[in-house]
Amino acid sequence: MSRLILGLMTLVLVSALIFMVVALLPGDFARAILGPNATPETVAAFRHEVGLDRPALARYLEWISGAVRGDFGLSFSSRSGNTRTVAEMILPRFRNTLFLAGFAALMAVPLAITLGVLSALYRNSWLDRTVNAMTLTSISLPEFFVAYLLMFFFVVKIPLFYSLASVDAGTPLGERLLRTALPALTLVLVTVAHMMRMVRASIIAVLASPYIEMARLKGLSPARIILRHALPNAWAPIVSVIAVNLAYLIVGVVVVEVVFVYPGVGQLMVDAVSKRDVPVVQACALIFAATYILMNLAADILTVVSNPRLLHPKEGGVR
Amino acid sequence: MSDFEKWKALLLGGALNRRDFLAGAAALAGTAGLSAGLAPRAAHAEPKRGGHMRLGLGSGSTNDTLNPWNYPDAFTTMLGYGCLGNCLVEVDAEGNAVGDLAESFAASDDQKTWTFRLREGLSFHDGRPVRAEDVVASIRFHMTPESTSAAKSLLANITDITATEAGEVVFVLGDGATDFPYFLATVLLVIMPSEGGVVDWQSGIRTGPFVLEEFEPGVRAKLRRFEGYHKPGLPYADSCELLSIPDTTARTNALLSGDVHYVDRLDMRTLGLLGRKPDIRILNIPGYAHYYFSMLNDVPPFDDPNVRMALKYAIDREDILAKVLQGYGSVGNDNPIAASVKYAVDPQPVHSYDPDTAREWLKKSGLESLTVDLHVAEVGFPGCIDAAVLFKEHAAKAGIDINVIREPSDGYWDNVWLKKGFCATYSDGRPSCDWNFSVFYAADAAWNDSRWKNAEFDAMLAEGRALPDGEERAALYAKMQDLVQKDGGNIIVAFNDFVCAHSDAIDHGAVVGFPLSDGYRITSRWWFS
Repeated sequence: MSRLILGLMTLVLVSALIFMVVALLPGDFARAILGPNATPETVAAFRHEVGLDRPALARYLEWISGAVRGDFGLSFSSRSGNTRTVAEMILPRFRNTLFLAGFAALMAVPLAITLGVLSALYRNSWLDRTVNAMTLTSISLPEFFVAYLLMFFFVVKIPLFYSLASVDAGTPLGERLLRTALPALTLVLVTVAHMMRMVRASIIAVLASPYIEMARLKGLSPARIILRHALPNAWAPIVSVIAVNLAYLIVGVVVVEVVFVYPGVGQLMVDAVSKRDVPVVQACALIFAATYILMNLAADILTVVSNPRLLHPKEGGVR
Repeated sequence: MSDFEKWKALLLGGALNRRDFLAGAAALAGTAGLSAGLAPRAAHAEPKRGGHMRLGLGSGSTNDTLNPWNYPDAFTTMLGYGCLGNCLVEVDAEGNAVGDLAESFAASDDQKTWTFRLREGLSFHDGRPVRAEDVVASIRFHMTPESTSAAKSLLANITDITATEAGEVVFVLGDGATDFPYFLATVLLVIMPSEGGVVDWQSGIRTGPFVLEEFEPGVRAKLRRFEGYHKPGLPYADSCELLSIPDTTARTNALLSGDVHYVDRLDMRTLGLLGRKPDIRILNIPGYAHYYFSMLNDVPPFDDPNVRMALKYAIDREDILAKVLQGYGSVGNDNPIAASVKYAVDPQPVHSYDPDTAREWLKKSGLESLTVDLHVAEVGFPGCIDAAVLFKEHAAKAGIDINVIREPSDGYWDNVWLKKGFCATYSDGRPSCDWNFSVFYAADAAWNDSRWKNAEFDAMLAEGRALPDGEERAALYAKMQDLVQKDGGNIIVAFNDFVCAHSDAIDHGAVVGFPLSDGYRITSRWWFS
């Protein structure tokens, strides 16, 4: 419960921060939206219409009270006769982002755990070293570079996939998966190392405990020791790393979305910043912040669930 | 055999590649009026119908709308005008204003009353006939008090527009204007259906070659052929799709992998590599667009005409053309009127790189040396940061120290352009002297980059507007070009070709340079080979 309250407080703080930072963006919003041909009167009328002429605090309170109810207001590009709410701009994009994140996570998480377990099992073998070297290389390369490399090999040299991940609501699932294969693969490559190394490290730590030695002395097979005895006790740190990486898959995909022209929230946000579509920027930032906070909360809860001892704090503490 | 014929023969004989041909052709006086359409490959396949054409464009934003008040970039222009719309008038390959929706037009003797007759049997995408009232409403839409249309100032001269019983549209102007039809070729002035004087711009129902099926701002637009299009045989493709791909590498890869058939905004530095691909064709179209460095005429030291002259002689335009534009263009001579525009002249002496002359001009202003700040950003013009650094090197030999300041692209047009004394900028140019000067050089013009105010020039501009075509007008415009070249605040580095690439899956005939990218009509004029 206290964690939930803490999460909410963080969110409120972040929202205030977002509002302040957006207000610091250079240039006059009204001018940026209306273009160089707007007369001073039109600019003034626009400022009044969207409330830019009112004090910042009043605008903030109005925005945040709307956001709580799920109403993010109108985009600055909205005009009479062509209304565009922020929600209707973000929703399809957010669905796309979640799809890509989900696709990438389905590949990355099992892969990371498998590789982590294998490299812990065969510690210091050639397998361990190869896996470590490869994952560390892929995490060390900037995302856009990984993306360009994948494009070069799997689109230009061997035309397996598409360089454009532009999907729409009507794209059938098969084509959708094919089109998003490369962006998902990029995300897998940049996230797998972190998760895999955490799996490996925490299993190795558990392997040093006396009860594992006991299991070994009983004559259990290495695979059984790891899967039945070590892994359940190593979950806590693994789960929290996975949660952070899942959050990253949702909020950190901006570059990947731009490179593969994937219509997700990240691309929308970049676009909105350059066009000074303030309501959209604020809503995107808030969604990203909420995702992070939610994922961290989930990690905390899962940690507790995976380790029942934490549910019953005793005097003097456990461990 | 004329010089041009000679070049053409060399090209057809294979003795020249296309780039050399264009460079040679541009260097020949009197050939500039020929469209680039003669230059591309010798043989074109016959136009064929059918296919789904996909274009990858480097622009487009989630804030785009179909409102023709402003097309901020190539995506919106190609959609709102090139695919969906038509104006009354268009500019042909020779730079003449010819009827598009208008069958014919004529002016009264004082050039104040213009009558446009619509073609017979025109209809909108939904089958409604195009009426003269729709034309009136569409033009008036830009002239309302609340309009933020980029065409508003262009239309300020119109005092009245009426639709006659006979289906003609009559424009009454405050001052006579011989070049008035050119104004109506502005891509913003598309004709839209109207109801009681109120236009419907939201639906995208217009008269153009394609009907809008789906428009997702910042992502894509899908269109299908309009069977009732008034240009016989067009469009060739059954359907087309515009995709917004802002990332240059992604755009290039999309072309290489065959995902799109055409891309614009190429990376000039890797153009040579792209051109080596056997199934990719690079097309460069000379036009009116130019890149320049702009000096504010009311900010010291640029308020001194001698300083401006010194800087004009201190830049090696050839060097920048070769290194930054990779030769795709022609050098500027501080005259914004491209050589192919009617009444264009090449003012003498030509401003070419000469450090000694630059020093002399500097001396005339009483200075031994000069230090100036030059503000540039990625968006100033493609390659302008490299161009500015080269300029710095050139000017150093003339005792001028140019301090290149790199500004953020974001907010450049708000905070740097028209605000800082010396910055990089560009213009798409205009097909007539009057139009170009009115928009960029008149004292009160909104886009007067250099805040150049010259009473003599303004008086000549007003005089020339109503003069009938002829020698008197030619002499006047020659004088004005000379004045801009010598006194103006813009250092015109080069006229840049419009460079794009397409796969050999599609083909095209003669292309026009204005407006950019074959009049923004690629989707309807090009075909699958």
